[in-house]
Amino acid sequence: METTLIEKLPEVTWVGSLIKAVLILAIISALAGFGTFIERKVLAFMQRRLGPMHVGYYGLLQIAADGIKLFTKEDIIPQNANKLIFMIAPVITAATAFIALAAVPVFPDFTIPSWIPLLGDTFVPSIASDLNIGILFVLGMMAAGLYGPLLAGMSQANKWGIIGAARTAVQFLSYEVVTGLSILAPIMLVGSLSFIDFNTYQAGGIGDWLIWKQPVAFVLFLIAGFAETNRTPFDLLEHEAEVVSGYATEYSGMRWGMFFIGEYANMITVSVIASIVFLGGYDVASMFGWFFIMAKIALFFFLMLWVRAAWPHVRPDQLMWLCWKVLMPLAVVNILITALVMMV
Amino acid sequence: MYEMIAFYLFSALTIGLFIVTVMSKNVLYAMTSLAAGMVLISGFFFILGADFLGVVQLIVYVGAVMALYSFAMMFFDATRDIKEKNTSSALVFLLGGMSALVLVLMFAAPMHSDAITALYPMHKGVGNAQDVGIVLFTKYLVPFEVAAVMLLVAMIAGIILAGKKMDKSLTKDTAVDDEILVVKDKK
Repeated sequence: METTLIEKLPEVTWVGSLIKAVLILAIISALAGFGTFIERKVLAFMQRRLGPMHVGYYGLLQIAADGIKLFTKEDIIPQNANKLIFMIAPVITAATAFIALAAVPVFPDFTIPSWIPLLGDTFVPSIASDLNIGILFVLGMMAAGLYGPLLAGMSQANKWGIIGAARTAVQFLSYEVVTGLSILAPIMLVGSLSFIDFNTYQAGGIGDWLIWKQPVAFVLFLIAGFAETNRTPFDLLEHEAEVVSGYATEYSGMRWGMFFIGEYANMITVSVIASIVFLGGYDVASMFGWFFIMAKIALFFFLMLWVRAAWPHVRPDQLMWLCWKVLMPLAVVNILITALVMMV
Repeated sequence: MYEMIAFYLFSALTIGLFIVTVMSKNVLYAMTSLAAGMVLISGFFFILGADFLGVVQLIVYVGAVMALYSFAMMFFDATRDIKEKNTSSALVFLLGGMSALVLVLMFAAPMHSDAITALYPMHKGVGNAQDVGIVLFTKYLVPFEVAAVMLLVAMIAGIILAGKKMDKSLTKDTAVDDEILVVKDKK
């Protein structure tokens, strides 16, 4: 299959990158809102309920209602909180999530038609910033995302917040190790840190997908991805039944909404990484290549909701046990076996 | 041109943030500004084209080292200011003098900039990670391995220090409960 179309692509100008950045911001923020609707609907159907039904056709306008509520709610800052840090923390979560999205291919590339004034003929790339170490950058940026919940919890002078912050530090630090180690084995096979190289490596169809060569790494990455995006079996940071709302206890209105948008953007990032690294990525040659990667990303997004409906929370000590006594040794053994097979 | 603007922007911000780290009496401010400064330092690597080192700076310092600091911060009341004890003026004098000397040397360094050449220049067409790897596994193999052994020693030591009571469960330890009960009874 011909996949050398990358060389034929026109040069990326800074205008193109800028348009791409604005597009990512606009579309992913909107998707985060839509994601809440999908989540409620999927959870409802799995629990034999209907979910939001009253606002708009089939509850579709619920997003607008939620948005109006979030934007108009009073922005309360607790009296004894460290005000500056309290206000900055949600921005850190949202910002790091979107910066991580800068290095992954999100939407198809296109050229703006020439009849549009000013911007005509500008080529908009699929990756806003095509680094040749893309995977590491995304992982690093998601690692930096831990400061959002951490600072939020520590600045709000609330004991649930402090517990949430402590859990953030423990959980994210531990599962970063598993994410890095699990994705190292595919990196060794491909011999590159660039998403485009991963894509070309698996260009030969379903049989070439890395999930068949690295099934253990795939499962480990998914589990760690759930923990890093704070999804349900591992959402101890804001586990209502134990710590009220964890790091987000004192937040309201749009500041709380920013945590939410950041979480959903991170979910999309993890889905994109999983689909490109393990499930073949996008097919540049055919017309439907981009449709397929969207479908893969949607599949992973749905999987996250499905798991939320199906699995109970784990306890903090079970979380640590799983990370350090099960997942981490498995990841190391997986790397060793991969290295041995590659050497022989 | 962009590099110039980015460099001066990052420099000003980094220095400003690190000044906050040193001068602030609040633990949270100090920690946040140190972490933000570390992020901005990785920006310098990106400007120089050393993407790999920039990302390593992000992962190691921002993701790991600073997160460990912040974990230690859990033991403080983060919302209160900390009163620092005044150290001896002799020490302040010594450290200040040394910083001033280093600053003078740094500003004087460009006089010798012609003599500075890259020992291991980047290769065109070869990735950043590959370049770093080649240098690490040829010229700097021994320091690299020694560092690895040192980290291993530190890890084992850490496990031994922390693991003395690991086989005892804190939640199932009934002796602790008894102690608490005894104290309560006395009251």
